[in-house]
Amino acid sequence: MSGLEDLYREIILDHYRTPRNRGEMECPPAHRGEGFNPLCGDDVVLYILADGDTIADVKISGNGCSISQASASMMSTAIKGKTFADAKAINKAFKKSLSLSEEEEGEADSAEEAETNEDNSVDLGDLQALQGVMKFPVRIKCATLGWNVLSESLEKLNLD
Amino acid sequence: MSVNTLNSASLKADFPLLGRQVHGKPIVYLDSAATSQKPRAVLEAMTTYYDDYNANVHRGAYLIAEQSTTEMELARQKVQHFIGAPAQEEIIFTKNATEALNLVVNSWGRSNLQPGDAVLLSLLEHHSNIVPWHILAKERDLELRWISVGDDGHLDLSNLDKLLDGVKVVGISAMSNVLGTVVPVRAIADAAHERGAVVVCDACQLVPHRACDVIELGVDFLAFSGHKMCGPTGIGVLWGRRELLEEMPPFLGGGEMILDVSTEGFLPNELPWKFEAGTPPIAETIGLGAAVDYLTDIGMEAIADHEESLTAYALKTLEDRLGESIVIHGAAHPRGGTISFAYRDIHPHDISQILDQHGICVRAGHHCAKPLMRHLGVTATARASLYLYNTESDIDCLAYALNETAAFF
Ligand SMILES: Cc1ncc(COP(=O)(O)O)c(C=O)c1O
Repeated sequence: MSGLEDLYREIILDHYRTPRNRGEMECPPAHRGEGFNPLCGDDVVLYILADGDTIADVKISGNGCSISQASASMMSTAIKGKTFADAKAINKAFKKSLSLSEEEEGEADSAEEAETNEDNSVDLGDLQALQGVMKFPVRIKCATLGWNVLSESLEKLNLD
Repeated sequence: MSVNTLNSASLKADFPLLGRQVHGKPIVYLDSAATSQKPRAVLEAMTTYYDDYNANVHRGAYLIAEQSTTEMELARQKVQHFIGAPAQEEIIFTKNATEALNLVVNSWGRSNLQPGDAVLLSLLEHHSNIVPWHILAKERDLELRWISVGDDGHLDLSNLDKLLDGVKVVGISAMSNVLGTVVPVRAIADAAHERGAVVVCDACQLVPHRACDVIELGVDFLAFSGHKMCGPTGIGVLWGRRELLEEMPPFLGGGEMILDVSTEGFLPNELPWKFEAGTPPIAETIGLGAAVDYLTDIGMEAIADHEESLTAYALKTLEDRLGESIVIHGAAHPRGGTISFAYRDIHPHDISQILDQHGICVRAGHHCAKPLMRHLGVTATARASLYLYNTESDIDCLAYALNETAAFF
């Protein structure tokens, strides 16, 4: 089963079986964002409760394959309690670890990007387990689904 | 087994791709509802066209241009006879079934539907027989109505009379690309005609698998794609009743579809060219003609019989080997060889990924039928779909590999 172990790492399956921060939040005060993978119908709903410019709480709902749901679960633990700027840096570092830049993903980023450019210092920790998807190009969209919702949500929250 | 048995194991040899390996295992191709594999005869017909007589059609007065025109028009006749169409002028070549359906909606629909008119579709429809109607409905303020689907995967026709009240056009799939349901097209068409409605049939999943006769089906338009019936991609067919086609305005404008053009306007060409703007997909049309020959030689009855018995074998095998852990969505008999299923609570995407490692190709997703998915209460299914080249051994591989899938989750 060459390669499958790289895709279905134990930590990923663990997040899939026991998703973290699963649930919904009342909006407002929370912010709700949603993303679809039109290819397979997967969706991820992300709730962010902001306190100033900090992500005080986060919840994930929606449904889909192991990769999209585990990735969203792992994202939720990575960004909870972080500032918007830190969450943005994690997002960027995560996508970079999959050889994707935000631009490639079609999300034009502004000049303020410069301030979060020290993403080399971001420790991805468990998120590195998701790098196995690079061997399975169609699954990259699954892995990034929740993260694209995060990008959009942060942009909106920054405007508010 | 009927007298019409065909030997799928030896038929596989006609399909070059089916000889390959995937991840070190012989390929088991179970995604023919998405697109079929192509026999050597089709590939050779297309290569011969390019090697020997590649020239644009309907234009040059030189030998190879005459030959390409003759071969393309011969393909039209083959398709005409394959579906029992009364006249070759009624066979319009398009890019695919999607374009054929868009042609009907845009040309017939635009010139016949007024605000407040109702369009009746079924919940089994593929997006290609939904979205074009949505677009026109929004523009023209039409009402879309839906024939529902029962637990057995068949259309609920109990209130058909009521649904048809005031309906101008019925868009109906002849065989579901998700559940395999065989739809009683004739009965629906007869009821629709009693109300004066026009019937547009999406036969994408019917024409490749069953002997098909447009007169027996009783519809007014029939759309299908070449690539699902052993032909190449890039070629589809719209059949329509001549009286309707004659009245319809052109869909796409350009070369080929005109008799005359001036600075003031244009005069459209005769059928079928009125609807075939621009240089057609010549090689693909000739390839489709070769696919029709291939299927005809084997015999559509034999193919249908083979798929019937293989489908029965598949349903029984999956149930026997996997028991309650597999749920097959619809459809009771009569049905074709398209089997949508859920296995344990493993997401279809994960199922197809793991099956791929066994060389097995199945589809995972919404199969471009989201209204049906919503009705079934699922976001995606895994789908195995059979064709003439599939064998019992392919099914055994599927059952075995599904069992292995469980080990991961
Ligand atoms: C029932 C049905 N209708 C329409 C289509 C659309 O066919 P195409 O994409 O070749 O236009 C398909 C195939 O995907 C189908 O299965």
